[in-house]
Order: sequence, then C-alpha cells, then structure tokens
Amino acid sequence: MKYIEGFRNPGAAAALREDIRALTEALPPSLLRQGYGGQANRTTNIMEVCGSHTMAIARYGIRDILPSQIKLISGPGCPVCVTDAGYIDTAIELARRGVTIVTFGDMLNVPGSDTSLAAVRSEGHSIEICYSPLRALELAREFPEREIVFLAIGFETTVAPALAVIDQAIAAGVENLSLLVAFKLVPPALAALMTDPDLQIDAFLCPAHVSAIIGADAYQPFTGSEGVPCVIAGFEPLDILLGLKGILTQLGSGIAEVDNQYSRVVTDAGNRRAQALMETYLEPADVSWRGIGVIPASGLALKAEWSRYDAEQRHNVRVEVGKMDPACRCGDVIKGIASPFDCPMFGNVCTPSSPFGPCMVSSEGSCAAYYKYSR
Amino acid sequence: MATSPRILLAHGGGGQLSRELIDREIVSRFGAGPLQGLPDGATVAVDGPEVIFTTDSFVVQPIEFPGGNIGDLAVHGTVNDLAVCGARPRWLSLALILEEGLEIELLRRVLDSVKAAADDSGVTVATGDTKVVARGQCDGLFVNTAGIGDRLPGFELSPKYLREGDHVLVSGPIGDHGFAVLAARENIHIKNGPKSDSAPVHRLVQAASDWAAEVRFMRDPTRGGLASVLNEMVENSAIGIQIQEERIPLSAGASAVSELLGLDPLHVASEGRLLMVCSAAAAPAILDTWQAMPEGCGARDIGTVTDAAGRVVLETLMGGHRLVDVPRGELLPRIC
Repeated sequence: MKYIEGFRNPGAAAALREDIRALTEALPPSLLRQGYGGQANRTTNIMEVCGSHTMAIARYGIRDILPSQIKLISGPGCPVCVTDAGYIDTAIELARRGVTIVTFGDMLNVPGSDTSLAAVRSEGHSIEICYSPLRALELAREFPEREIVFLAIGFETTVAPALAVIDQAIAAGVENLSLLVAFKLVPPALAALMTDPDLQIDAFLCPAHVSAIIGADAYQPFTGSEGVPCVIAGFEPLDILLGLKGILTQLGSGIAEVDNQYSRVVTDAGNRRAQALMETYLEPADVSWRGIGVIPASGLALKAEWSRYDAEQRHNVRVEVGKMDPACRCGDVIKGIASPFDCPMFGNVCTPSSPFGPCMVSSEGSCAAYYKYSR
Repeated sequence: MATSPRILLAHGGGGQLSRELIDREIVSRFGAGPLQGLPDGATVAVDGPEVIFTTDSFVVQPIEFPGGNIGDLAVHGTVNDLAVCGARPRWLSLALILEEGLEIELLRRVLDSVKAAADDSGVTVATGDTKVVARGQCDGLFVNTAGIGDRLPGFELSPKYLREGDHVLVSGPIGDHGFAVLAARENIHIKNGPKSDSAPVHRLVQAASDWAAEVRFMRDPTRGGLASVLNEMVENSAIGIQIQEERIPLSAGASAVSELLGLDPLHVASEGRLLMVCSAAAAPAILDTWQAMPEGCGARDIGTVTDAAGRVVLETLMGGHRLVDVPRGELLPRIC
C-alpha cells in the first residue's frame, strides 16, 4: 500500500497545484480569451477520455483545486455508457430464450429500449454477475447442457481477457459458450471527437490501461501541427495532476506531442501478446456508440471463422440500434458538449437508483460521478 | 445410536435429541443465570425506571471469517446498539435457526464465541430458542439476539442536538469488518489482509459518560458505513458535516481490499467502532481517554459540524472537496 500512498501525497499535490496555477496564468492569450467562435473568456478544454479518470477526478475533488480557466471535459471512455440500448435488448432477448448471461455488474441496470437485465433477472431468467470473464468458462463446464453468453463489452483493456475465454474454451473443447461482442476502440473515437465542430478540445488526458494495451505510439496521429497534446497518465490523483501539468506545459510552449507519464505501465508499442490475440480473433467493424452514432472502424467483431463463438451467429439474433429517452442528454455528455448539470433529468428523475441514461448507471459514468461527488 | 456430527431435523423436534442438544450445547454454556431450569421466559433485574431494548438478526456469509464468526457478531451487534443509545448492556436473548446438516463442531465454535463475547461485554444470555429447518431452507446458521440495557444517566442523544462547530470522533479504523467478510467470500487472499473489527463499544461509551452532557449523538457505523451514518445525521437538517480524508483511520488490510475491489471505505461496515459527535470543548478529553484504551487506541477526530445544510463533504488528500454520498443498492449483501 506504500506504493499507492506515494501517489496520494498531499505535500506533492500542493506543489503540483501551484505549478498548474502558474502554468495556467502563463498560457498564451489565444488559449485564454478569444479562441474559437469569438467566445470571450474561453476556457482551456482538456478531455479526460477514460471513465476511470472521470471517477478519480471526482473522488479526489480535483476539479475543485484547478484554476477556473481549466475545464475538464469527461469523454466517451466508459464502456457501459457507450453501449447502445439495442445491445442490451439483444442480451435480454437471449436471457428470455433460456440462455445464461454472464456479465460484469455494471451492465445489470443499464436501460435497454424497454427494460433492463436486472428487471429480467427478477423475472427468473438466468443472469450471472462476474468479476472475471473466466467465470463464463467455469459455468460452461459446470453446466454443459446450458448455453452461456458472455457480454463482451469494453475498450482495448477488456478485449484480451474476454478473448482469453474463447481461447481457453477452444483449447478445452468447450462448445456451449459464446460472446455477444460490442468491443470499442479508443483512437477512432478520439479522431471523431477532434473533428467534431461542436467541440473545442485543446488536449487529451489519455487513458492509463487502454494505453498499456495499444501503446503510447497509438496517439501519434493526434499530435503534431494539426493536433493537440496527448498526455498518458495513471489513475492516482498525483498521476492526474502531473498529467495536467504536462498538458499545460505543452500548451504554453505551443507544442503537441505524446507524453507518456505512465511509463511504469505503458510502453511505446503496448502489449504485444494482447494485440496478437486481438489480431487472431477480431477484425475492425463499424459500430454504434450510444449518443454518438456509428463511427467507421471504431469497433471489433469476431472474424467469420470464429462465428460459432459469436452469440449473434450462434443464436441467430441481431443487435439493432435501440431507443433512448429523447430528454436524456447522455449522448451530449459522452461527447463532452454538455455537463451532467445541463441535463433536465439529472438528479431529479434520473438518479443512480433509477437511472435513465447509461452515464448514470455505470459507476464510471460522468453523471454517476457528478451525482455521487459534486451535486 | 451414535451421536451425529451434524444437525438433524430431529434436533429441532422437541424430543430426546432436542433436549440433548440444548443440555449439551446451551445449558452447559449459559445455564447459570436466569436460563437455569429453562423457563419459558427469563426474570431479569434492571437498575432504573427505563431500559433500552433492541433486536437484530444475523445472516452473515461465511459464518466464520477472519477476526470472528456469526456468534460474537450477534452479541456485539446488539450490545453496540444498546451502547450507542447510552445504555449499559445487561441481558441478551439468543435465538438460533439451524439448517439440517450443519456441523455440530461449527455450532460449538459459534456458541463458544457467543459466550466469550457476552462475558467481555458484561451481558448475560437470559433466554433463547433453537429451531431446525430442512436443508436448503436457511444457509447454515442464522442468529437473532435481542438485548436489554440500563440507561446511563446524563446522555441525551439525538441528531437534533448537533451544533455548528461540534466535533466528529471515530474510535478506530473503519471498514475492517466489511472488507474481511468480503475478502473471505470472494477468496481474496492477501498477506496481512483485513480482520473483522467485531468488538463491543460499551466501554468507550462508559468512558465518555463523564462528559455525557457534551455528547450530542452516537452511532456504530455498520451497514452503509460511515457515509450512511453521517448522511442520516444531517438529513433534513440545517447543519452539515465536513470530514478530512487525511484523518480517517484505515488499516493496511482494509485499504488493500478497498483498492482491489474499488470500494469506498466510507461505504463499508465496521462492527466494533463508535462514531460520536460532541462539543468542541469535550472532544480532546474524550479522544485522550479513548486513545488510552485498547479498543480506542486508533481513535481520531475526523471532522466538524458545519452550516452547509444537509451536506456531508469530504476534504480530499488533494485539498479538493467532494460530496460523501450514501451507497446505493445492496453493495455488500449479508455482511452481518
């Protein structure tokens, strides 16, 4: 635990806070007042891409200690939040057909078009919560007469562990197991956000664990003369402050580079074994992001040769785009256009106990983080 | 017939086997006091015109966990409910619901713990009941205890007595019980992992009774943890509470499991800690007194009562502020 405490040292935090204040004051005027669209008093917009960063920022009250000039925008990096309602509908359909669904707990309360997995479980259908995807394999072996489907959602970080289930199932000759795949990739989302005219992103605070898989070099395309600073930071509070300091240093000098401040975990090339596993089983796919829409080649699907492990093929179902409550602004929140406070439903009709949108459901969602820590 | 090593349905049938079980396991441990002769009800003495009376049921899974078992937990839970109401715990009832097939050896360990915890807490098991249900109709062993305590003079306790500037004291590291049970249940094996803090807090209450008039409110932060208790205190109230993350005591084991599972220690149950709000004037003296006691050596002054109506705010290690929210849903089912 000493290892963690070092990254939460109040004295070091105070020093970083002072550095951040000084760097913010020294920012060039183009980043302070005029900027895009002729807005006065424009803020410096830094997007934290990853949901774990969003939670850590809220948990440690980091917004509160930053200069008011700095605006942290919560990005689309919560896998539950960007999962389309249609995906939940398909999982529900499978459960009602008698399939055993294995899922991380966060998915349980995500609203589908009409209902949630939690509601379907209370009807008596088989939905198992797991901490490790390998639980799906255990269940498949324990109950060979049942069909098991693992809800394989997530970014690069969770792709390899989910594929390991299939890899081991093939090795062990287990055949009553498949994946309902909704894998998403971070770099294509960044590309879409950077070119979105509604957004004015000055820098990205890049995810920690996703970067461990894809490697620091994956952010090179977003830097340079047309790009923005991309700083990779860990999830501890000092990591985040150091990351913000790195971003402000680059903005002050007018440069835009990849800066890997999480080098204790992240390498330039990333995790080759995980990448190889992904190349064996998966191919790029156009996928729908809840609230954003379809982004080309922003997801991964099982290759045709592995279709027997693809729940859609095996059970002859198809994930369609689902319905969302029109008043819910999760889409804008995910894109960083709106803060949770801008949503008319936030905190009154939409709360963690009765969530409408996915951003309120997931513990990593922006709305949940705001509701929990800064109402 | 050889003695069965497991509980049979007949152990609850009221016949020979029932009688043997009660004689061997209950009367042998608790038979000296009002339980003598197994009357239908116990006759007990109390000190004053008013008593505090409470009850609690225990369904913790696993039945045995690092630092305790359902037996001492069932005693401490009820003893602590009495103590935080400003009572000296005196009498306890003990009701057991046993599942057919339960190992009698396990039952013995649990009853030994009940006996040891009752002696340590200064309470006597005065009456009880034992039922056996068929396999699958309960999960091993459920326990209910009810307790009676004498009201200690001088304590007038309610959240409505909280005033701006009052101090918030906690008697030791928080969350160890919840983290220990959770780690045992999820098979998380860590060197020096968390051990349950299950213990009686009545001595801490007794020790504070010299300053009884300065004590506003007491609770033991069980299910829902410190966060729930603090929020309940300021709900619909004109005052709020601010606590400082740096001062919240946390054991290394609890801290490790909290990081591994991503659980906020403020949401996790303790079963042997006392949370007290008292006047700023009395806080240092009570804290000194507690810190000189074995069960209070980890006591800390963690925050103050503020004028921020209804809000519980944490000043973080980073110097920022955030709301302390109550945990939603069943964070940790069957923790006690």
